[in-house]
Amino acid sequence: MAPSKKMTFSRRSFLKSSALASGGMIIGFNLFNACKPEAKLPVDLSALNYNDFNAFIKISEEGKVTIFSPNPEIGQGVKTSMPMIIAEELDVLWEDVYVVQAPLDTKNYTRQVAGGSQSIRFGWEPLRQTGATAKQMLVNAAAARWGVDASECSAKNGVITNAKGDKLGYGDVVLEAAGLEVPEDVTLKDPKDFTIIGQGKGNVDIDKIITGKPLYGLDYKEEGMLYATVLRPPAFGQILESFDDSEARALPGVVDVITIGEKVRAYNDSGKNSWTMPMSGTDKVVVIGKTTWDAMKGKKAIKAVWKTETALESSEIHDKVLLDLLEGNKFNTRRQDGNVKQAFANADKVLERVYESPFLPHNCMEPMNFFANVSPEKVRLVGPVQTPEAAAQVVADLLERDLEDVSIDMTRMGGGFGRRLYGDFVYEAAEISNAIQKPIKLVSSREDDMTMGVYRPSSKYKISASIKSGKITGYHLKEASINGNMYGLIPNFFPAGAIENYQVDTANYKSNITTGAWRAPYTNFLASAEQSFFDELAEELGVDRVQMHMDLLDNVKNNPDANIEYSPERLQGVLQLAIEKSNWGKTEVGVFQGLSVYYCHNTHVAEVADITMEDGVPSVKRVTCAVDCGIVVNPFGAMNQIKGGVLDGIGHAMYADFGFVDGVPKSNNFDSYQMIRMGQTPQVDVHFIESDIDPTGLGEPTLPPIGAAVANAIYAATGNRINKQPLINNLEPKEKVLG
Amino acid sequence: MPTFNLKVNNEKHTVEADADTPLLWVLRDKINLVGTKFGCGIGQCGACTVHVDGNATRSCLLKISQAEGANITTIEGLSEYGDHPVQQAWKEVDVPQCGYCQAGQIMTASAFLKTNPSPSQTEIRDAMHGNICRCAAYNSIEEAVKVASEKLS
Repeated sequence: MAPSKKMTFSRRSFLKSSALASGGMIIGFNLFNACKPEAKLPVDLSALNYNDFNAFIKISEEGKVTIFSPNPEIGQGVKTSMPMIIAEELDVLWEDVYVVQAPLDTKNYTRQVAGGSQSIRFGWEPLRQTGATAKQMLVNAAAARWGVDASECSAKNGVITNAKGDKLGYGDVVLEAAGLEVPEDVTLKDPKDFTIIGQGKGNVDIDKIITGKPLYGLDYKEEGMLYATVLRPPAFGQILESFDDSEARALPGVVDVITIGEKVRAYNDSGKNSWTMPMSGTDKVVVIGKTTWDAMKGKKAIKAVWKTETALESSEIHDKVLLDLLEGNKFNTRRQDGNVKQAFANADKVLERVYESPFLPHNCMEPMNFFANVSPEKVRLVGPVQTPEAAAQVVADLLERDLEDVSIDMTRMGGGFGRRLYGDFVYEAAEISNAIQKPIKLVSSREDDMTMGVYRPSSKYKISASIKSGKITGYHLKEASINGNMYGLIPNFFPAGAIENYQVDTANYKSNITTGAWRAPYTNFLASAEQSFFDELAEELGVDRVQMHMDLLDNVKNNPDANIEYSPERLQGVLQLAIEKSNWGKTEVGVFQGLSVYYCHNTHVAEVADITMEDGVPSVKRVTCAVDCGIVVNPFGAMNQIKGGVLDGIGHAMYADFGFVDGVPKSNNFDSYQMIRMGQTPQVDVHFIESDIDPTGLGEPTLPPIGAAVANAIYAATGNRINKQPLINNLEPKEKVLG
Repeated sequence: MPTFNLKVNNEKHTVEADADTPLLWVLRDKINLVGTKFGCGIGQCGACTVHVDGNATRSCLLKISQAEGANITTIEGLSEYGDHPVQQAWKEVDVPQCGYCQAGQIMTASAFLKTNPSPSQTEIRDAMHGNICRCAAYNSIEEAVKVASEKLS
């Protein structure tokens, strides 16, 4: 998921334009690959080719603009913000722009997934180029008609004006423009001239959302569609032995009971599969019903016998193995500066702490579901998935079909948070429909959704720092996690580069419990651990924690390193802004503050949490969040992502308690698993660093720092350092260790 | 299978279903009103909130046999043109992220504001506490309820 540092684009070779048979002009572009020279644009909208072009702009003869937004929408706002970037450079009124989710083509499409907060960062330059190129072609067409030089013409809000003051609308010249050469070089706007970017634009689906129109996967229906529920083993490590479906079959709404699993197992055995699939080693019992309720009722009537195939793991075991790993020597060293060992040997004092986090389910509000209609002619799939192209490929392999036979249409997603990166529910839907050769909708109950997870793995960190003559001389971070470790450039995030002797080591334990990406993978807890540690370290050193960070970041400036992609100046900037806006250190009596500063997903963030204690329980009253994401494309969407990330982070750090007993998830619905609710939420005050630097993403980076800001505030209030999440379960101080 | 007569959004529907079928699934699968969302099935999240005789009610817990004779309003019937003050406020504040829970939030807010058109901040937070938003758009929901109350008073 780590992005390359430099993004270069063949200036405009990713663009093609054509006149449409239905009137108007279409411009196709490819965000991530330059188009092949032989690539041809369709003249019929139904033939949009997502192989060569993954997004399109249509300009009608009435001057209306339709933008086929290329990226999956999971609530992160790209269906609004990416078209805004095009509309800005195209220079049309936002009111004249209509945005539709681009459908998927079956043939080898190239496409960005929703993940890693990278859509805006990658899309910024090519989206601007696209809009500006289209505008230049329209201006060139108008200039040709007037017989004047294009440089004498200007365009604004969809109208082209020449030196004499004659005017032509974009719609008036689209047909001529479509026949022109695509210009080699175009001028992009100066950010100070932006009229759409930087202005708050509402969610483009708002009217449908507030009136309850069908939008989501669960809302999708076709004539003759049946509903399918899947009975999976209650515990990770178990498989199906036998089942009795006689009661289920006797129900009037139950159409059929089948088993699936064979195709997924064969696919796994083939060695082709690189995707995580929960409970993929077992047969599963599928109940097909006339309605969702029929299928759910039928599933409850199945009497299944399960047998244990692999170890049934409990959280107690995970806690022990992870702590053992931290104390052991089975590490991969991921970054090493100087000599940590020596620094620790020479230290006056060493501070060492262990930080612990639980597994987490994603709990998207819309439970996992997918529509599949498998017939001898084709495989039609419709629903919410963050990785459509990978899912199509897996389904083709699974059913031994040509990829050309498989199509996926995306619906709006009722949340993603990483869960919909994994297409297990797509494969199940395909296997079910393949077995009965009928259109079906796979539906999950909340219990299914929470217990068939691809969970955020439980992780533990041991952080040690050596202190010599009042200075931090060494920093050693050890990670023990399950089924994987921090990836990409994370070992190079702050405080890498700030401390002379620095080392990051990782170790992991293989579990049969499926784990994967969860909003801000790894950093979602790593930031809590490190920023809690620095709070304690500042106290140990007897220095101001703000000044300590400023000094550490100064060290980074003098230490150029190509692997360090965070900017010490920008982290200092957000830190100062958060301090200033939060009235740091000047709160009223009874209010306690905690600070956290972090960089991830290319965005720099500092947060201050203000808490009060009510009957011994912390209540977060306000969060001040300072963000440097470069240019803010859509302030409305940005605010939503930032505030949502902070509150989501508070909820999970404070309350989220999840784990396993003998392979069985401890919770399976919202009565036994606490999600943050309105009464527990503070107001989040957001402050942006004003910037004309290219924008970066906001879907994830405000979540990781908040756990430490809250824990540090709890320390300020109570004198207790809570190094284990959920914080609310660990409020009581542990036994004091004397000496 | 028994037959039930329902009045939903001022229209009469005759539905064949098991007596224990939750209203939620009748609305979604039988009457084709999919604006009411499934979230948890146990009345904990509020995504399925509808109005039953004007009261905010979890449609996942109400059996069809209990819904006969009542005036049921779903998000689709809250206003004819999507311009109920609460819907307008949701649009002005640009509340939704993924948007999935918002129909339930809007139905809870609109029933609440009917009984308390000028609520305090604490009353808003208490009234909305039963509705989970996984995207945690809570600041915006709170603001939108306030904006709607200003429109109503």
